[in-house]
Amino acid sequence: MGVFKMPSLGADMKSAVLMEWKVKPGDTVNKGDIIAEVETSKGVIEIEVFESGVVEKLLVEEETECEVGAPLAEIRAEGEAAAKPVPEPAPEPKKEKPKSRTKLPESKLPESPGTERPRISPAARKRALELGVDLTALAATVKGEIHLEAVEAAAGKTPGTQTPGTQTPGTQTPGTQTPGTQTPGTADPMRQAIAAAMSKSNAEIPHYYLSTSINMTPALKWLEAENAKRSIKERILPAALMIRAVVKALQKVPELNGFWTDGGHQVSPEIHPGIAIALRSGGLITPALLDMQDKDLTATMANLGDLITRTRAGKLRSTELTKQTITITNLGDLGVERVYGVIYPPQVAIVGLGRIMDAPWAEGDTLAVRKVMQATLAGDHRATDGRTGALFLDTLNKLLQNPEGLL
Amino acid sequence: MTKQEIKAIIIEEILNIAPETDEADIPEGDRLQSAIEFDSYDFLTLLTALFDRLKVEVPENDYGMVGTLNDMVDYFAGRMG
Repeated sequence: MGVFKMPSLGADMKSAVLMEWKVKPGDTVNKGDIIAEVETSKGVIEIEVFESGVVEKLLVEEETECEVGAPLAEIRAEGEAAAKPVPEPAPEPKKEKPKSRTKLPESKLPESPGTERPRISPAARKRALELGVDLTALAATVKGEIHLEAVEAAAGKTPGTQTPGTQTPGTQTPGTQTPGTQTPGTADPMRQAIAAAMSKSNAEIPHYYLSTSINMTPALKWLEAENAKRSIKERILPAALMIRAVVKALQKVPELNGFWTDGGHQVSPEIHPGIAIALRSGGLITPALLDMQDKDLTATMANLGDLITRTRAGKLRSTELTKQTITITNLGDLGVERVYGVIYPPQVAIVGLGRIMDAPWAEGDTLAVRKVMQATLAGDHRATDGRTGALFLDTLNKLLQNPEGLL
Repeated sequence: MTKQEIKAIIIEEILNIAPETDEADIPEGDRLQSAIEFDSYDFLTLLTALFDRLKVEVPENDYGMVGTLNDMVDYFAGRMG
């Protein structure tokens, strides 16, 4: 009998709210199936089961806050005999909620006649949690579904000023504060999560930093010709081409793809790059593109589009938040020329891609204008040396000079 | 289809992609990418959605002609006949 526990969706996560069961007792589940949705500071996450079997029993009700490691369900492995009736399992999930958490409408309770359960969008629910808005009270004043706007309007009515100086310096975290919505002394959960991970990184990881200029003209010209052959639905963005190039470079220089744990360096055979994706409401998530070593350029683009859409809709899967083997951050859209990243522990490297800009470029003895991008690498000096990082950037550059090899 | 109708469809699709955006904040003459923080993926998603609705495909070479809401309306109106 396996006990399915609340997974840790990042080193900084302490608990999450089980929002909805996707299975019921008696259902057969296969490894990788989504069995529940949980709500965390990173949005609503679909959690996957790690073994196949039959759901014997659900141990917590929906809309219960559970600590990491709390038993959520019993799953009988295939071939295992059905359990005899046993006394109630002892573990009691933690139901106590932090002060900022508002009581969510409890669907299990008998409802008084005429009371409809308020419909609340996931984004609104999340924002209400961050802002300490009482959704039950708000539901009484809002007709129909509660959206983000209503929550923010409600928060605006409560006194609260932004705490000066809560912005953490760091290249990974552009603009995560929404002015005027913070109560003094409490950063929102995502801010706290980023703060914890980045503090740990800065305290423990001796970073080394490298940078190189890459002539992107051949790659962009090739991509333009390639896209002209494709329908709009199959068009490839330069970001996907870059990810594909980074993955191929990692296959040649695998030492940068992996972890540093317990004083040891582990290289990962699978490549799951975490992609820094900014959220519209502020904040940043770096969910993984899984198993990119097996994906061609078209699949890379399709997976990237799907990941961005689901990240912004708050519909990520648990494995996407936990399996990153390296991070790629691209602040080029914001116009910065060069970004030196902060490594997300226990990873050992982060690749930074700057803006592609017109710049003077010497070729032979002539000077020309080319599309130029600054690619950087921050590496964990415990795991690798600058030489490894230099080899990676050199490989990346060479791959981008022969882009047809990236298909 | 009138320009007003095309404009309404474009705005509807922009709001689908960025639901947090206030319709009043969508500028008519400024570049969408900087005005409402549309990134390159959002932009491609918008053009794909408009292709589905208006049956006009914008090639990459024409991206310079569809940078603002007004330009986009003119572009689609001119190609829908």
